[in-house]
Amino acid sequence: MNPFLLQLFVGVLVGIGAGYLGSFMVLRRMSLVGDALSHVALPGIAIALLIGVNPFIGGFFALTLAVIGIWGLERKTTLPPETLVGILFTISLAIGLLITPEPELLEALFGDITKIGVFDAILTLILTSTVLFVMPRIIPGTILGVISPDLAHSARFKLKNINLIFLLMVAIVVALGLKVAGTLLMGSLVIIPAAAAKNISRDLTSYTRLSAFFGAITAGTGIIAANAFGVVPGPIVVLAGGLMFLITLAVRNDF
Amino acid sequence: MEALLTVDQVGVKFERDVLKNVSFDLHKGEVLAVIGPNGAGKSVLIRALLGLVPYSGTISWKKDAHIGYVPQRIAVDTSLPLSVREFFAFKKASKGTISEVLNAVGLNDERILNQRLGTLSGGQLQRAMIGWSLIDHPDVLLYDEPTTGIDAGGEEAIYLLLKRLQDERRLSVIVVSHDLNMVYRYATKVVCINGKMVCFGHPQEVLNSEALSHLYGHEAGLYEHHHDSHTHIKN
Repeated sequence: MNPFLLQLFVGVLVGIGAGYLGSFMVLRRMSLVGDALSHVALPGIAIALLIGVNPFIGGFFALTLAVIGIWGLERKTTLPPETLVGILFTISLAIGLLITPEPELLEALFGDITKIGVFDAILTLILTSTVLFVMPRIIPGTILGVISPDLAHSARFKLKNINLIFLLMVAIVVALGLKVAGTLLMGSLVIIPAAAAKNISRDLTSYTRLSAFFGAITAGTGIIAANAFGVVPGPIVVLAGGLMFLITLAVRNDF
Repeated sequence: MEALLTVDQVGVKFERDVLKNVSFDLHKGEVLAVIGPNGAGKSVLIRALLGLVPYSGTISWKKDAHIGYVPQRIAVDTSLPLSVREFFAFKKASKGTISEVLNAVGLNDERILNQRLGTLSGGQLQRAMIGWSLIDHPDVLLYDEPTTGIDAGGEEAIYLLLKRLQDERRLSVIVVSHDLNMVYRYATKVVCINGKMVCFGHPQEVLNSEALSHLYGHEAGLYEHHHDSHTHIKN
């Protein structure tokens, strides 16, 4: 398969997954969690590189541990989770920076989809499909949890389980996004399409679909533009997202 | 008749006791008002009944009792992209059922259904929440009355709605109320709490000046019910 088409395929899939899940992360006021979480992936990626495993596996493993940690913290209200999360994540980043082999550091920080292989493409397809299949099943509980946890509990939604499933999907999306945007820019893949979609949608269906669509468009155009100008795609994808946001802000009606 | 709900010696403790020795019961078709001053533990009691806070003592619901809950003052972000229609679709119910409850609470209107939930007025939001709780045919409705966001007329309309639902559906209602006038007019029973149990029984019998001064302080005796005065305890 043509390597550029493979990149485009993977990039668009990642954009869809990140845009779609990001729309819920923004509603849950978790948009910066995606950003902070992505830092945790770095030591995982580094260890994977050091022992010769696919870096995605290492990053995903570290992220899964981190989300289970957050899930545990969320339930202990006596601790201020924000502070702890902030500390743990920056420490992870520091450790990651120290142990990531020099040649791979830039790629780990900013992502480089030009190095994508067929295995990554298949994995991305499977995992994005999983997110698109699972998330719609937990939408009611997720949104009710935002409106009022008491209301959700009284209607017998199991918020504890729903939160864990949601966080695991965040781990998947962030791990996938690392290929495209890297540790430092990953957060933008989940925030920007959702923020743009929120500007111009009235209901949840159009909002979440539009966010997935914007994710696909920004990833696609970013990768095409980066290829044309011969630069790394990650930053261009983020800039394309920024442009998209400005356009929606301009056409925004007050709903 | 078997009680729908029996509450026996219930207490809730956070850093200190917020509720002690509360006992009452509820039968089918009754409207039970929960009254007390601010911070008396009224909402905590409701949350204990729902099993949302740990408590001591016993709360026993009749087997398979369906409980609907309308929480106090939900602030829905106006920018939340969720239409009223989608909010109702969160409950797995047939179109017919949903349309029926929307009619019951007077919100079956295309324009309202397409609106964002957060842009409803205070009264509309309360009615939406009541309608939402009715979808799965509850036996009991727990209604934690909002103190803000609804004007006196809107409040009256909600009480009339609850009264009608109670008549039509043989629904039991537990309502936290701040308005003694409403309690006299609509409640069949009242439980008064002020950190602990103060009284329980029929409003006309138990809401005497002694109970009221226990609840709201000595001047509150003035608020004892006279048939044509509007009695409203401001918190």
